[in-house]
Amino acid sequence: MQVAPPMHPSAPLLEITDLQVDFPSDMGVLHAVDGLSLQLHAGEVLGIVGESGSGKSVAMMALMGLLSFPAQMRAARMHFAGQDLLQASAAQRRAIAGKDMAMIFQDPMSSLNPSFTVAYQLCETLRLHRGMDARAARAQAATLLAQVGIADTASRLDAYPHQLSGGMCQRVMIAMAIACQPQLLIADEPTTALDVTVQAQILELLAQLQRAQGMAMVLISHDMGVVSQVAQRVAVMYAGQVVEVQAASTLFDTPRHPYTLALLQAMPQRSRGAARLATIPGMVPGISDRPSGCLFAPRCAYVQTACSAPAPVHRAGASQVRCHFPLNAPGGPT
Amino acid sequence: MSSAQRDKVVVQATALGQTFRIGRGLLRAPALLQAVHDVSFSISAGKTLAVVGESGCGKSTLARMVALAQAPSAGDLTLQGVQVHGASGTALAAARRSVQMVFQNPYGSLNPRQRIGQILEAPLQINTRIATQERRALVAQMLARVGLRAETVDRYPHMFSGGQRQRIAIARALMLSPALVVADEPVSALDVSIQAQILNLLQDLQEALGLAYLFISHDLGVVRHIADEVLVMYLGNTMEQGDKNLIFEAPLHPYTRALLASTPALGRPVGSRQTLLLQGEIPSPLAPPAGCVFASRCPQATSRCQQERPQLAPLHGRLIACHEAAKLAASP
Amino acid sequence: MATSTPSPFSAFWTAFRSNRGALLGLWTVLAIVLIAALAPSLAPYDPTVTDNQVFLTPPAWHSGGSAAHWLGTDAIGRDILSRLMHGARLSLAIGVAVVALSVLLGCALGLAAGYVRGVFDMVVMRCMDVILTLPSLLLAIVIVAILGPGLVNAMLAVSIVVLPHYVRITRAAVLAEAQRDYVTAARLSGAGHLRLMLVEILPNCAAPLIVQASLGLSTAILDAAALGFLGLGAQPPLPEWGTMLADAREFVLRAWWVVTFPGLAILITVLALNLLGDGLRDALDPKLKR
Repeated sequence: MQVAPPMHPSAPLLEITDLQVDFPSDMGVLHAVDGLSLQLHAGEVLGIVGESGSGKSVAMMALMGLLSFPAQMRAARMHFAGQDLLQASAAQRRAIAGKDMAMIFQDPMSSLNPSFTVAYQLCETLRLHRGMDARAARAQAATLLAQVGIADTASRLDAYPHQLSGGMCQRVMIAMAIACQPQLLIADEPTTALDVTVQAQILELLAQLQRAQGMAMVLISHDMGVVSQVAQRVAVMYAGQVVEVQAASTLFDTPRHPYTLALLQAMPQRSRGAARLATIPGMVPGISDRPSGCLFAPRCAYVQTACSAPAPVHRAGASQVRCHFPLNAPGGPT
Repeated sequence: MSSAQRDKVVVQATALGQTFRIGRGLLRAPALLQAVHDVSFSISAGKTLAVVGESGCGKSTLARMVALAQAPSAGDLTLQGVQVHGASGTALAAARRSVQMVFQNPYGSLNPRQRIGQILEAPLQINTRIATQERRALVAQMLARVGLRAETVDRYPHMFSGGQRQRIAIARALMLSPALVVADEPVSALDVSIQAQILNLLQDLQEALGLAYLFISHDLGVVRHIADEVLVMYLGNTMEQGDKNLIFEAPLHPYTRALLASTPALGRPVGSRQTLLLQGEIPSPLAPPAGCVFASRCPQATSRCQQERPQLAPLHGRLIACHEAAKLAASP
Repeated sequence: MATSTPSPFSAFWTAFRSNRGALLGLWTVLAIVLIAALAPSLAPYDPTVTDNQVFLTPPAWHSGGSAAHWLGTDAIGRDILSRLMHGARLSLAIGVAVVALSVLLGCALGLAAGYVRGVFDMVVMRCMDVILTLPSLLLAIVIVAILGPGLVNAMLAVSIVVLPHYVRITRAAVLAEAQRDYVTAARLSGAGHLRLMLVEILPNCAAPLIVQASLGLSTAILDAAALGFLGLGAQPPLPEWGTMLADAREFVLRAWWVVTFPGLAILITVLALNLLGDGLRDALDPKLKR
């Protein structure tokens, strides 16, 4: 898929600086997101890759305002389409989320309300955010279903979610998300619960819609392969921090953070004949054993004494890497 | 393990089938759901047969039949020379000990109310008369073998991570020293880095103990790494079956090709596989098509494919069920 | 991984402790149990001794009352405080006996029904449905009428009436747990039916049963009191709270204390047990979901 190279107008569509999300608990504070900074321009596709506990889903839910007690969120800056989300009132945020910013989730079967038909749920969005009346909403709903590749829209409109397959439900979710022509679509593991052949169809659909509507997209996944299909830039997260951001075309061949490299090496697809897979020793830090310096240092193959201090973020254009000794850099280890 | 041991056939399945009767109320005849139809294979000691397919293809049902969790409604299963169908009580009990299962969900496969020591001792308690002390020693040995510390024996499952629970599940499966381990998507619920650890563990155990594996998975990357032979299923039927390298490098069945093309691979953009992507959804197993089960979505389907179900036949070194296979083989 | 092993009990206790209402319920119940246990030594008088000189004496803080009888006396001169204390023994004994019987029987039936399924399951559940369709008190009255009035028969009747709740809860829990992978794994290890039912499945069904049992205690006490009030349960001169209420009906206007204190005793006990039961459910349920 060749997405047209994004234009870079002066102001980014989405700008998050130093986002922190903490979950206080009996055993201490869990830093689910620790100083996340991201920028996204209109029409651009960003992939976020990370394993469980990396904070990728929590960060996007914080952006959408979906976090609930006991999460504590703060950020230096959170701007979307020129609006300051931190200063916005609850009503203003509600107006943005679902209309200009849409999100689709992992399990399509549980993301749709099982008690209502597809038509009802689609029309709800249209009537709420675009003020359509019932007839216009239903006609638009049929158009949307056709747009997401569902044939036989008339019967599908009156179906209940349990009558549809996983792939079909996900298409309905996507239709709901694009109903208001959002500027940003956040897809949180949209294909993880689907079969591989259906996954390919859904990814293709997302890429196509993104091109056609010119929306920006954030694609979250634990699967590097999925992200590499659609994204232009990829951010890698570990233990709540963004450890690397790089163009998709170069990330997989020349990763700059040791975690990215280790993750790539652990993939069975890359083992090609080797008897054993490369593994990452140790475990993701929990509440009680969070290092004071670089978070990946206890497990890093390239660790040095300097790594006991928090790692600096090196930025170069749209790329960044949070490491004392980035790989594949002139003068650094390769 | 000696070469004589290595070639010993551990499990032989012949025309295994499973049909479920779904009740539809008192007044209607029950619907018949054919989950598995006519699947045959054999696995030797130290080898891994991977069964791949998407949801609804019957691979989990097949796994349960081979693990003796469910009796097949058709076909034969022979474990270490013992025919399971019609076996007597003691022979059946012995057969049970020679095959064990590792499940997909690490959070559901361990009893949350029992300590790890209890869970691991249970198979020995039930099947042997080994004394308590010796049982404990065997448990400690097995824990060490799967890479867990001995003091974990007093902990409850919720204290462990997903990867650690899978290690415990593997340890439990090995307590009775089975010859065959049926692994039903054992790494699908794990992160990539943990997955790599568990796959390495499985391979190490296979080498050390001469285990045969029936490995169920939908992840072709994992399958390519760990399998010796591959069996591709669709809607309960075998589509293609044979040596892993042969099938991955030169797939002949349209479904196998579509699966391989759909698997996201790094650096290969979506658009390039446009023509190979499948349309539509898997048909309902309650009403399987008369001809080839894949015909409704197959880009190469002909009218013969719609009417006549192809038989599994050898072609180019593997078994394949496709009318058009020979033609496809000629033009890759 | 955590360094220590919080057993399920200490995890439960931490959750339970944070619920004020539940703690209040717990302390109240413990106090009542203590009073009941020590009633023979604690009570100032023998509950059956009558004294016509002091009948219908008001409580101590009323005009006409005396410190000799803190809560006053009833129509034939028996000390109400002592009767309440001894009545606590009866009520608690009734509650525990009823719950024990119904839990045992209900658990066994529910376990069997949920595990075996098929016709047996259907028969058991339909019987339970029949019991549920009849108004509970009415059914209890009918059973006692057949068996004859008395404390033991009242307990039997109440047990039968609450039985379906335990059967349904156990069966639902068994149905959910029997599908889990760990049960299949145990079966593949060669575990027989009995072991699967008792060792693998039953411990995982304990939580909802415990909650229902603690709530069931209060229901049992209330039902037994109702039967006693109707004259079908504990017979006089047993100081059961419901029977005390029956005796005091005619004195509602003249001597309010004869009616009020037994009523208050029932109220406080039932309330405390309900708070305890709710607290148990809140503390155990999250573990259930986990």
